[in-house]
Amino acid sequence: MATTQSQAIGKWALAPSLLVLSGWAFIPLVLTIYFAFLRYNLQDPDNTSWFGLSNFYYFITDPYFTKDLLHTLLLVFSTIVTTVVGGTLLALLLDQPFLGRGVVRLLMISPFFIMPTVSSLVWKNLLMHPVFGLFAGIQTYFGALRPIDWFGTFPLISVIIIVSWQWLPYAALILLTALQSLDEEQKDAAAMDGTPPLSYFRYIVLPHLARPITVVILIETIFLLNIFAEIKLPGVGGVAGNLTYLVFSQLNDANDVGAAAAGGLIAVVLANLVSIFLVRIVGKNLEA
Amino acid sequence: MGTIQLKKVRKAFGETVVIPGADLDIKHGEFIVFVGPSGCGKSTLLRMIAGLEDITAGEILIDGKDMTDTAPAKRGLSMVFQSYALYPHMSVRNNIAFGLKMAGETPEQIAPKIAKAAATLNLTEYLDRKPGQLSGGQRQRVAIGRAIVRNPSGFLFDEPLSNLDAALRVNMRIFIMQLHQDLGSTMVYVTHDQVEAMTMADRIVVLNRGVIEQVGTPMELYNKPQSIFVAGFIGSPKMNFVEGNTIGVRPEHIAISDKKGDWPGTVKITEHLGSDTFLHVDAGKRGQITVRATGESNYGPGDKIWMTPDAKRLHHFDAQGRVTKV
Repeated sequence: MATTQSQAIGKWALAPSLLVLSGWAFIPLVLTIYFAFLRYNLQDPDNTSWFGLSNFYYFITDPYFTKDLLHTLLLVFSTIVTTVVGGTLLALLLDQPFLGRGVVRLLMISPFFIMPTVSSLVWKNLLMHPVFGLFAGIQTYFGALRPIDWFGTFPLISVIIIVSWQWLPYAALILLTALQSLDEEQKDAAAMDGTPPLSYFRYIVLPHLARPITVVILIETIFLLNIFAEIKLPGVGGVAGNLTYLVFSQLNDANDVGAAAAGGLIAVVLANLVSIFLVRIVGKNLEA
Repeated sequence: MGTIQLKKVRKAFGETVVIPGADLDIKHGEFIVFVGPSGCGKSTLLRMIAGLEDITAGEILIDGKDMTDTAPAKRGLSMVFQSYALYPHMSVRNNIAFGLKMAGETPEQIAPKIAKAAATLNLTEYLDRKPGQLSGGQRQRVAIGRAIVRNPSGFLFDEPLSNLDAALRVNMRIFIMQLHQDLGSTMVYVTHDQVEAMTMADRIVVLNRGVIEQVGTPMELYNKPQSIFVAGFIGSPKMNFVEGNTIGVRPEHIAISDKKGDWPGTVKITEHLGSDTFLHVDAGKRGQITVRATGESNYGPGDKIWMTPDAKRLHHFDAQGRVTKV
């Protein structure tokens, strides 16, 4: 059907949209690379000049860099562990038949639809606030004199809690769908083999979930490397900032476009490294 | 040992009664086939014997012991499923070993059993493969291997051949019959295919809407069906019913002639199978009648013929579809 001629026409017909799409993807990247090699500070824009690798050098030697890199990795890792373990348990629970299961499933997914800014503010002001927060209220009710100031005392843990709360439904939903696709006759076969519940989970359910868990981990990694609102809004960027926040502060606080661009590129490289690393570890599950 | 007894076994989902009450005695070493149209409850009945389905009322005795509330794995029965139900992430070896492992056997105890089963089933060279790398027939053999290593007192087969192509189905049918002869174990086999039922069974249990219509050897069911349902279900092509469904006669029990006979008719369609020829005849007020003629028969569409049923082989039914004594 597709003759040589029509294929040639097809190529020309596709060209404009390809051009627009590549422009869309490449222009920002090219500009970022360009800025990363310039001495370009908004407080002193007249003095813009070629800067070589200095932006990268200054970004990496920034006292916040190592700290924020560690925060980034901790945030990604802890959230993934929490959501995958919690999501698996929640999915197992929601897979059981019980009254009102449909409603519960619907409610479960709702945190995922709340904007990060909104949920950050709700967690900061209504739940974790040391005076007005629900957690403080519960603690006071049980007699605590000085309730925990979550963001003051455990800034990174607090951020991890908020982010985990947002991403738990996603993991649970994917894993629940996977559980529901577990072949009924396999359950029967396991029953005929006399498989006790824990062995059933270990040998039948978990291997079945390996693939969706891999997908959850990869998708979450991509998004969790870019967490911003949950750090910015509670105002813990200084003590629990990640690389995204560091890039933001280079531009917003130091007005340094060059350093911010360099930081952005370093974050891209880091994201790729983490992804490759993760794919190596868990990617085996995607085969066979 | 391998006797299975059902006593007034009943299954209901709320108001819906699937099996009103089934009684059945399966002797040691018997090959029993449950046959019936889809939705007749044959698979449900098998799953109740396996313990995968709760029993609403009645009891199930295996080897004389009441197993009504016993867990599936403790009943001494193995099951082969329609979809094979192999564990996809485990090798063939681990699939076969899994039940033994769960029963707490050591690797030293398990290894020789697997070797023996694999040799019986021609699976030795596939032991390290995953089920996804096997063909349908090989998967089916793994499923059987998984069943035989547990050395059960009885095997349950739930439509095991329906996912195989026609040629393989014939081979597996013979393979399962050979296995039955070699092991001498009791086997309960569910199918909707009356050919499988006729060829494999020692005794056939015909089910209709959850009720056991008749139990008997294939030839008993063929020669002396007790109801119009059994008469119509067993035998291919189907038995002809005439005179308002009160008389039944099989296509092979009708003689044909050009000149004289009991029922006149016009040939509409002929099917040549080589060994036989099936004539589909329009017999006027008696409706459509199928006749089995010899392979050499050269009647064609439009030919007028006379049919004479063998009076000794007529089946008479009452208005309820029960056979009447003649």
